[in-house]
Amino acid sequence: MSEQHTFTKSDRRDGVEPDMADVARHEPASTADARPAVQPMNMIQALNSALDAKMAEDPTVLSFGEDAGYFGGVFRVTDQLQQKHGLTRSFDAPISETGIVGAAIGMATYGLRPCVEIQFADYIYPAYDQIVSEAAKIRYRSAGGFTVPLTIRSPYGGGIFGGQTHSQSPESLFTHIAGLKVVIPSNPYDAKGLLTASIEDDDPVVFFEPKRLYNGPFDGWHEKPVSPWKAQALAQVPTGKYVEPLGKARVMKEGADVTVLAWGTMVWVSLAGAEHAGVDAEVIDLRSLVPLDIEAIEASVKKTGRCVIVHEAPKTSGYGAELSALVQERCFYHLEAPIARVTGWDTPYPHAFEWEYFPGPERVAEALKATMKGGR
Amino acid sequence: MKKPNTQPLSLRVPEPSGRPGDAPDFSHLKLDAPGAVERPAVSTAPFDMRDHAFRLVRVLDDEGQAVGPWNPKLDAETLRRGLKAMILTRAFDDRMHRAHRQGKTSFYMKCTGEEAIAVAQGMILSREDMGFPTYRQQGLLIARGYPLVDMMNQIYSNAADPIKGRQLPIMYSSKEYGFFTISGNLGTQYPQAVGWAMASAVRGDDRIAITWIGDGSTAESDFHSALTFAAVYRAPVILNIVNNQWAISSFMGIAGGLETTFASKAIGYGLPALRVDGNDFLAVWAATQWAEERARTNQGATVIELFTYRGAPHSTSDDPSRYRPGDEHEKWPLGDPIARLKQHLIALGEWSDEQQKAAEDEAVEQVRAAGRESEAIGTLGQSRPSVKTMFEDVYATEDWRLVEQRREVGV
Repeated sequence: MSEQHTFTKSDRRDGVEPDMADVARHEPASTADARPAVQPMNMIQALNSALDAKMAEDPTVLSFGEDAGYFGGVFRVTDQLQQKHGLTRSFDAPISETGIVGAAIGMATYGLRPCVEIQFADYIYPAYDQIVSEAAKIRYRSAGGFTVPLTIRSPYGGGIFGGQTHSQSPESLFTHIAGLKVVIPSNPYDAKGLLTASIEDDDPVVFFEPKRLYNGPFDGWHEKPVSPWKAQALAQVPTGKYVEPLGKARVMKEGADVTVLAWGTMVWVSLAGAEHAGVDAEVIDLRSLVPLDIEAIEASVKKTGRCVIVHEAPKTSGYGAELSALVQERCFYHLEAPIARVTGWDTPYPHAFEWEYFPGPERVAEALKATMKGGR
Repeated sequence: MKKPNTQPLSLRVPEPSGRPGDAPDFSHLKLDAPGAVERPAVSTAPFDMRDHAFRLVRVLDDEGQAVGPWNPKLDAETLRRGLKAMILTRAFDDRMHRAHRQGKTSFYMKCTGEEAIAVAQGMILSREDMGFPTYRQQGLLIARGYPLVDMMNQIYSNAADPIKGRQLPIMYSSKEYGFFTISGNLGTQYPQAVGWAMASAVRGDDRIAITWIGDGSTAESDFHSALTFAAVYRAPVILNIVNNQWAISSFMGIAGGLETTFASKAIGYGLPALRVDGNDFLAVWAATQWAEERARTNQGATVIELFTYRGAPHSTSDDPSRYRPGDEHEKWPLGDPIARLKQHLIALGEWSDEQQKAAEDEAVEQVRAAGRESEAIGTLGQSRPSVKTMFEDVYATEDWRLVEQRREVGV
């Protein structure tokens, strides 16, 4: 994995390197008695805290992946889990995504709850057969005889100068598969609650972590200094275990004029885009794509009469296409303007053209303004 | 600087020793004599027994005597149970193959010539252990007494199908009988078996896993990932490679079987390997027991190549007369597993031709009785689970999409 070096350097340029200095070091929930019930955490710490608390509570939970054991993962999400919970509960895996997911499926059918890390979402494809043909289908094909309570964590998305092999957003390759759940948090509070829910879920969950958000709520204004998580309300994270249910969207900002549907990094970009456009947008963080909170979407679009969908993945057959169809099917007579999509382009993710490719706040603002103009 | 070639480059594409119309030719096989291969201690380091990957463990000789260090010295009752399970497996295959010809189902796969493998291994391991099978280990269910009628109900996808009409015929699933749900995608079960075994070790339990893969599917990346994981984590798993010479129409040379043995793939991973006559019930038993002891004593995984021949077509959709000599199976130098175990029991004075005939008749009758029961429920299309069940078991609980779509179908 020689790319990692390159990645880390470009990472630094963008201020994404793990920077634990701005928030208090997270302490394990297992010894949390004397500590405050809520602490500021960044995404990495919140995810780590979710794993730590869940592993302390449930001996069937275990974590493994490439560099995810002793070292704690290239993004440090599994930091100290091996030291706290033991070598057989948190360990390094061979560089074989097929093997990682295949073995985890076997473990899950045994009765464990493995939570594995695929180092980058861009590396998940060798495991695709195991995820799609096996994890997703085993409950159905055995009529419930065997089940796969498996969580596959993977950092995804762009904005980090990662080039085409460290920037992709492959969520729609998984939302299309019956039997899978797809979860994407946009902030530390949800990251912990949703990861806990995913581990406790009795079906396989693909859990994508927007790596551009690991250390701060990046809004797409890449020339501006990176803001830390600690200033955000959603970075105040309970140290103990808690669950955010799958299938419930979060209204990040209420608004009257237009509904924006987004997830991951694009939630923050959409908020910035709405502000830039001066439009009273209702920004909805879907949080889980499958199961989808269709009620929240319907209620909002019927209220605003307009809908803009924002995602990083390429436009064609992206999840935005599904959302657009659903909104059209359910809210057609409430729509005042055509549904708009702001997405990555239908090209591989380029290295030199990061900010031309990445759907930034200016593109979101343009789409919002155009949507406001359009209509009856 | 580029040098000219002394000869133009040429691509080798492996070809089998015979095609339709040719006389079968097995002269290239190097077969050890029965009893000739030593039995290493179960604790032997993989490196010190690597020659075993190129030998062939055999116990039964041409006269039906059990010879050599691998003789598992089974009592007559166990041998008779094994023989009867193999006879029943073959009778079941014949009946269901015929049921397909009669239009009662869409598909079937026989294991003719390979019965000793799943039957012996199914008898050795317990139902608490987990088998991760391919589609040719029906003998494991039969040896464990799984109801034939349930197998048929699955094959007919009828209202009593234990897996509710979800899968192609013969893709059985039974947790209770230690039989993992069969996938039609080749090789995927291999890393799963390793993971299941790792889970048992993580929990400090005493259950082990066993899995099978065909010679052709060893080319899948899942096979190599599984061997890496099995070696690295010393997983308590038995990794069988059923080398039946043919992957549909591709002979084992297309999977790399001319360059080396399939057992020898284990050497590069640091795993012990045994290469065994898969048509010799006693050799299969002894090798499996060796691997079982190794797994149960925390010494990790063993790769076993079971050297056999696929006597039947790959499936009911296949016609082997189009790609291999017609009488290859009859000429297979290692004979037939049922005939050989029968010969052994007779040589021991524990069996007779009359008892064999009676056992075969009884197996046919048992299958016929199960067939009557299953067909009374219905063959494919005559009976099926309620359409409502199509929307069940996608997730633990139905989400709104499935509720809406089920209503759209009107169920």
